[in-house]
Amino acid sequence: MKIRVNKKIFEKNEDCAEANRKFFTRKNILCINMISSPGSGKTTILEQTIRHLKDKINIAVIEGDLYTRLDAERIRAAGVEAVQIETKGACHLSAVQITNALHKLNTDQLDIIVIENIGNLICPSDFNLGEQVRVVVLSVAEGDDKCAKYPKAFAQADILLINKIDLMPHLDFDTKRVRQDALKLNKDLKIFEISAKTTDGMENWFKWFEKGKGKKYGFFQL
Amino acid sequence: MHEAMIAENILETIFAQTKKKGGPLGAGRVVRAVISCGQINAVNDEAMQFAFEAAAAGTICQGAKLEIKHVPLKGLCKGCGNEFEFDLYNPHCPKCSKSDFSIGEDAPLLLEEIEFEED
Repeated sequence: MKIRVNKKIFEKNEDCAEANRKFFTRKNILCINMISSPGSGKTTILEQTIRHLKDKINIAVIEGDLYTRLDAERIRAAGVEAVQIETKGACHLSAVQITNALHKLNTDQLDIIVIENIGNLICPSDFNLGEQVRVVVLSVAEGDDKCAKYPKAFAQADILLINKIDLMPHLDFDTKRVRQDALKLNKDLKIFEISAKTTDGMENWFKWFEKGKGKKYGFFQL
Repeated sequence: MHEAMIAENILETIFAQTKKKGGPLGAGRVVRAVISCGQINAVNDEAMQFAFEAAAAGTICQGAKLEIKHVPLKGLCKGCGNEFEFDLYNPHCPKCSKSDFSIGEDAPLLLEEIEFEED
């Protein structure tokens, strides 16, 4: 006996993501999902962003890691609230984990929630968390072929942060190639070239981030 | 290895269906399942088969055959107007080699069909 099913395989996650999205909209919170390989500098980018903007906007961070609470501690040291999700080996965050983490945050005064996903350029792309904006980080030390090799992450992102540009003198990283490859996959992708270490190039990112305050989903112009 | 996660979700979706039918789990064995995916939402066949086989062990889906359909993603070249099957790993128009194009909506990961063992 055959039965037609035609059900989305990630339906449960999609439903949960939709509930998260509605929550963010109702609370007037912008939610950003940050995806990248391990070591691309996500946490450092967040630390700098928090230090520059915490007096102007209320930020909280949901940290995803396989093990350890190191990143959440760094975020708290930078001066904002952080919730750590330890996935105990799972390679991505799913929407229900975000729902649970939201219960641990005081969301009443928040403008922006950043989810720092597990360091992995593959699996997290499959899981919608209910975010309104997806940011992918690529550090120049990873090489300029990554958009072609991991197209999914770049095709589904809204913003690309090319990080560690302070290392450019030591590497053969062709920024033009990355821009071309990324824009081929995703012509609306907004690209910032930054160094989270020196904060070079981060002004425009800070401006973009600050503009996110009070912008409901749908009215938010990238 | 996001295929492992997909395999678990396929099984969950199948179990939800068998429960809905009123029959207890284990009543009818599943012999075949058909899934489809897009290009951005793609899976690697070999890894998917391996993950499904491993996840299905000890369940009503043990030994079931998994069929994977890949739904092409349509690209429309803005240079020459050619409509083509968009290749994520080689994103340009096969006719004029330009890479200014619009792409359609990617097919979602779907469980299309389940087949149960005949009594």
